[in-house]
Amino acid sequence: MQQRSSRIALAIWSLLVIAFLWFPLVIIGLYAFNSSNVQGWPITSWTLHWFSVAWHDPDVRSAFWLSIRVALATTGIALVLGTMAAAAVARYRFFGRDTVSFLFVLPLALPGIITGISLLRFYDFAGISISIWTIVIGHTTFCVVVVYNNVVARLRRSSPSLVEASQDLGADGWQTFRFVLWPVLSTALVAGGLLAFALSFDEVIVTYFTAGAQETLPIFILDNIERGQQLPVVNVVALFVIAVTAIPVLLAQRVMRDSGIIRRGPAQVTEAVEAAEIPAV
Amino acid sequence: MAVDAGAFEAGSPGRRARLRLSGLFWRRPWLKALALLTPPLAAFLIVYIGALVALFISSFWSINSFTAEIEHTWSLANYRLIFDTSQPYLDIAKLTIEIAAAVTLTDAVLAFPLAFFMARLASSRTRALLFVMVLLPLWSSYLVRVYAWQTILAHDGVINWALNGMGFGDLNLAYTNWAIWIVFSYVWLPFMVLPIYAALERIPESYLEASADLGASGLKTLRSVILPLALPGIIAGSIFTFSLTLGDYLTPLLVGGTGSNFIGIEIYRFIGDSNIPLAGAYATIPIAIMGVYLLLARRAGAFEAL
Repeated sequence: MQQRSSRIALAIWSLLVIAFLWFPLVIIGLYAFNSSNVQGWPITSWTLHWFSVAWHDPDVRSAFWLSIRVALATTGIALVLGTMAAAAVARYRFFGRDTVSFLFVLPLALPGIITGISLLRFYDFAGISISIWTIVIGHTTFCVVVVYNNVVARLRRSSPSLVEASQDLGADGWQTFRFVLWPVLSTALVAGGLLAFALSFDEVIVTYFTAGAQETLPIFILDNIERGQQLPVVNVVALFVIAVTAIPVLLAQRVMRDSGIIRRGPAQVTEAVEAAEIPAV
Repeated sequence: MAVDAGAFEAGSPGRRARLRLSGLFWRRPWLKALALLTPPLAAFLIVYIGALVALFISSFWSINSFTAEIEHTWSLANYRLIFDTSQPYLDIAKLTIEIAAAVTLTDAVLAFPLAFFMARLASSRTRALLFVMVLLPLWSSYLVRVYAWQTILAHDGVINWALNGMGFGDLNLAYTNWAIWIVFSYVWLPFMVLPIYAALERIPESYLEASADLGASGLKTLRSVILPLALPGIIAGSIFTFSLTLGDYLTPLLVGGTGSNFIGIEIYRFIGDSNIPLAGAYATIPIAIMGVYLLLARRAGAFEAL
């Protein structure tokens, strides 16, 4: 049906768009090895020097640990809240059910600056002083939806009668969770958690407003870009941030693909197979 | 039955309590739904919606020009200032909306053929590879990607170097609205590819065969079958491209000029002047636009495509 020429045109277009997507990432990767501290192109001499400078920089180190702590705490809270909400929405019909999904998407759809100043006003109203937890709360607002989406999708594909069967066989709530729900949900939770981690780790706008004087890695980058200082170190840190977020994303994609969420064959077929899939307990 | 009821109650007191709880939840499903939903929803309503309300309330207050303290006297002064046509704020909002629309259109044009190729033409191996190639830029730091463009567009950056090499003069894109348009289109592009891909992948092959059997040309099938079915995906993508552009301030701050006026930049400046009430009032414009946009998108079935 498709003509050969239009197939080739589409392939070339796709290649160009992918090249466009990767071009800036490659450029910033190359600048990390630039020995000059002037950001000019072409790069004339190469060095690993800035990696060692960044590694020994105490500001970079403390920013890195703060980012890790924030991302871990955010991921933990988002997993619990997102899973609970997903379980309620996927399994029960109630008034305002559609509104819940709508509400959870809001923090992703509304600009970060609005979330940021709103939270700042809220902390002020509520008398909450700035700490690592004010950042975590900010990040949790938009990370919950990532877990929620993954878990809702998974629950919709599994049969609710599994839980009833487990109860009929005398399992208590914990056993049902551990031996029935967990095998069904585990990959969705792992993937959701990894994505929430990645999202939190490199978030900058909401962090900017909720962090006060604390410096996460993205805030470190922003500060130095704005002042035009330490740009060679910024390049190294930027490359590092890309790498750190790429790992959980690749892992999440792998986990979900093996369990069939990212579908390989025609959708209808895989979906039918998945609907019939009974997890090994 | 040889099994007596007590056998189910066997075990530690903790287990017995858990069993009773499971039974209670089974008999009253609404109780379980309530128990599951209350903590996340309450947390969300109190913190997020509460925060939006806090900002909204603040927008009716004002700021003391001497002490920079917020004065809790109610007035519409901030809104009057923003909707005053002799002030620049409405024009800035208009320009922002235009750029957001241009970015959305650009991304749809760039993304559709790629999504189509991924969903319907590529082998499963190529598709998996392309998927990762789109996914990684989507998740890699937004700030880093904008920063990369700052260096690329700079006077002695890659673009001017390439142009000079080809015998052209410098193209001073840095710090213009063109730069803002390019960078926004770039950073939100993956958000457009994935929902369109998901929508296209769901179209059954038989629809396309039926269209061809009925004598439709490839172009006719594209227009009458594929595009209408892909529309929810395009709208789902546009939620991100449009709304993220609407309120962003980092891209105009880093690659836009000093004269680049954007809703996000203005809000950022108001906050810099500690004038949170005015920032809150101006923020209602993108919130209102997005609220309407989300409602329309939901009606068009875009949420199923997210």
